[in-house]
Amino acid sequence: MQTERKEYDVIIIGGGATGAGTARDCSLRGLRVLLVERFDFASGATGRNHGLLHSGARYAVTDGESASECIKENMILRKIARHCVEENDGLFITLPEDDLAYQATFVEACRKAGIMAEIIDPELAKRMEPSVNPSIIGAVKVPDGSVDPFRLTLANVLDARAHGADILVYHEVKSIIKEQNKVVGVEVYSHKTKETKRYYAPLTINAGGIWGHGIAGMAGVNVGMYPAKGSLLIFGHRVNNVVLNRCRKPANADILVPGDTICLIGTTSSHVGFDEVDDMRVTADEVDLLLKEGEKLAPSLASTRILRAYAGVRPLVASDEDPTGRNISRGIVLLDHAVRDGVEGFATITGGKLMTYRLMAEWTTDLACSKLGLDRKCVTADEPLPGSRMEDSPKGRSFLFDKGGQSAKHRHGELSKKIASDNPFDRSLVCECEDVSVGEVNYALNELHVNNLVDLRRRTRVGMGTCQGELCACRAAGLLGEANNCAAKAKSDLASFLNERWKGVYPVAWGEALRENEFTQWLYGGVCDMNNVNNWRK
Amino acid sequence: MNLQENNISANNFEQCIKCTVCTVYCPVVPVRPEYPGPKQAGPDGERLRLKRGEFFDEALKYCLNCKRCEVACPSNVRIGDIIQSARIRYSKHRPTLRDRILANTDVVGGLATIAAPVTNFALSLKPVKLMMDAVLKVDSHRSFPKYAGEKFVTWFNRNAQASQAQYPRQVSFFHGCYINYNYPQLGKDLVSVLNAFGYGVNLLEDEKCCGVALISNGLISQARKQAELNTASIRRAVTQGRKVVVASSTCTLTIREEYEHLLGVENADVRSSIDLATRFVYRLIDEGAKVVFNDDFKLRVAYHTACHMERLGWGFYSISLLRSIPGVKLTVLPSKCCGIAGTYGFKKENYATSQGIGESLFADIADASPDVVATDCETCKWQIEMSTPFKVEHPISILARALDLEKTKQLNK
Repeated sequence: MQTERKEYDVIIIGGGATGAGTARDCSLRGLRVLLVERFDFASGATGRNHGLLHSGARYAVTDGESASECIKENMILRKIARHCVEENDGLFITLPEDDLAYQATFVEACRKAGIMAEIIDPELAKRMEPSVNPSIIGAVKVPDGSVDPFRLTLANVLDARAHGADILVYHEVKSIIKEQNKVVGVEVYSHKTKETKRYYAPLTINAGGIWGHGIAGMAGVNVGMYPAKGSLLIFGHRVNNVVLNRCRKPANADILVPGDTICLIGTTSSHVGFDEVDDMRVTADEVDLLLKEGEKLAPSLASTRILRAYAGVRPLVASDEDPTGRNISRGIVLLDHAVRDGVEGFATITGGKLMTYRLMAEWTTDLACSKLGLDRKCVTADEPLPGSRMEDSPKGRSFLFDKGGQSAKHRHGELSKKIASDNPFDRSLVCECEDVSVGEVNYALNELHVNNLVDLRRRTRVGMGTCQGELCACRAAGLLGEANNCAAKAKSDLASFLNERWKGVYPVAWGEALRENEFTQWLYGGVCDMNNVNNWRK
Repeated sequence: MNLQENNISANNFEQCIKCTVCTVYCPVVPVRPEYPGPKQAGPDGERLRLKRGEFFDEALKYCLNCKRCEVACPSNVRIGDIIQSARIRYSKHRPTLRDRILANTDVVGGLATIAAPVTNFALSLKPVKLMMDAVLKVDSHRSFPKYAGEKFVTWFNRNAQASQAQYPRQVSFFHGCYINYNYPQLGKDLVSVLNAFGYGVNLLEDEKCCGVALISNGLISQARKQAELNTASIRRAVTQGRKVVVASSTCTLTIREEYEHLLGVENADVRSSIDLATRFVYRLIDEGAKVVFNDDFKLRVAYHTACHMERLGWGFYSISLLRSIPGVKLTVLPSKCCGIAGTYGFKKENYATSQGIGESLFADIADASPDVVATDCETCKWQIEMSTPFKVEHPISILARALDLEKTKQLNK
């Protein structure tokens, strides 16, 4: 076993939005940071939600504090993460089956939380969003939007890295090193090199989401988590351009969010065991429920192709015996285990939401600074993230002779300058559905911590379109194989990638999605000889 | 469980399973590398455009609207319609004076025929061509189809109309711009063929250009107005128990398919009464109409299946009709786009593309070396006549020459 001699002030466990945000904040405040992530960035709850830029209106009635945090962070993200955010606006609609009286309560609660909520004529709402259920009897406009969690997390990582943080992906914490009653470091196992290493720092921060329960356990403290599974469906294209919510007490499948080329309906909520959190599967009942409720928001969902289904686990902190998990506070929970449990050098940041990741990072970094005896101000609310530093937001520009440039600019902001586009090969497309060029893939492979095709998908949207990897996966695998100089690994990676795509298609495998998947399987089995790769599904 | 059985999106764009066969059949892709091809321009691009209109790619103007992609598609995706709709909805390109002149076949044709000899002479002069090339960006390699001295409608009213009532059965005839202004002979041929089969010919009460050139040049509101006028005229004819026969495959496709899908002009009630001339005549013969051919008629014909003929799926009727003529030795050319696509090929910026697309068809024609090329499309006729030494005729004109019209008429009384 090796011990890394490099000195760190803080070790952050978990590469979700919270961990990445904390790494950024700490490094901006001059701390020496190590970020360790078990797999890839945003592979847990961060990347498995609606991608909704909450206005906070959803929580206004039930949880005013969360609501007011949300709207503040919403406004901050619009400034600092422009390339991750789409300012779509949102509608809270009242259907004939809902109580219209709730609207007044809702608007009043929004006002208290500082959320601009404006009652509009249902006719105007239909003009704003033509896909909305035409039988609506009420509508409230709120500043909802969409946020790309993969881009947001990556931008935080990139800024942390630019400020000296060390980033380790595919490094799993196997144990927490304690001396007497003090946490002094972590022992991590590299899934890449199969080596175990030790890293030391005076403070270790547990930002492991639902897995933080287990991490805390390694340090001998108990953080009572409540794993609440939420399932979502992704549709093949945007049905709506305005976020649609139901104006009622939060319930199942009542948010339809347009995000990038697709739209999402979600979520369900059900309690799951810790043994299940690593392999979430969407059930047929959940698909039915999502469709049934989704159609009420936008009837055209009933005839829109579903691309895939997926589920995430909310890292809620257990507070009572609520069997649905809906009534548990979405509030931020920051635990200084020295105070709480008498264990020095260890803190846990959990609860909260994607929307409040920056605030969570700020609180955590404040705690880190005070524990390390530093007095440094947080600047993350004002400093734009890498990618959002261009003079103007990406403006319409014909990409007639600059193919792929437009989408790449949306995805990477001013960093898209780094994407090679000089020759026709660099400009040629890897992913035709999502408009990802060879240049963009190579940029991701070289600079964005990509280890496999699934990581590549999170960085670029390769394989996220309607074909779910049919045309792009083999091209991307070719570039990956070239970059790593290893065709065999690329091929087995290709199989894993396609299996992962199939896992999401499986719960909704009928009609065109099934037909396309059969075609894909035939193509890869027959033309690409994938039948002879060990991990290829039979 | 709701299995979303009616999983249908606009123009079926979500039925696409990315097999890419459309792009293989696209005639533009091999000659215009900057054109993204039908799959990307159509269903793929549609998702990006639904996200934000700024993802519209002006390169979509290179689409010929030949619809060979739609013919190739095994999933029934209306790729051509997706592309045309996107151009209508998102293109920032505004039609130029040149585009308006090319698209307004009615107005320009009407003016030009008033002084046809002068117009034809002027349009053939080198300095005029060069000026049109420089000022209007109409390629100087192009020759405008000659304008006739007498419009078809004028001829019909003076010479044919009075005798039509004597026939036991009646049809209406949508002549279109080309027959009216440039090539009345085809109209005359159709009238004599239909008369020979015992059909009296009526003009529609009112008729304007079908609008295909307006659509492809982005003049949508004008196209819609004309579609409404034509549909109303057609509806009156159909209500009076007459089918409406059209000689041009492109006019037929536009009226039958594009009015409702692209322009939103409903015509489902009359759609099945709009027929292509060769199909109408083929079916008459198939149903027992008598035919007598001239014994001495001998002609080597090469049939070119126009793109819109392919989209209609009706090439069979014209080919079978020609085959049924005893004196005709028929070669069916491989189905390829000629490259003109109406006004597309007249535009200076498209000349090279247009000729590049047509090149292999021209070679096929040269190999067949027929007496005459036959096709149901007038713009293919211009293109082939401009680009090869061969003359081009409509199958109906060939039939009119092959038939012993008088004897046939006697038998079909």
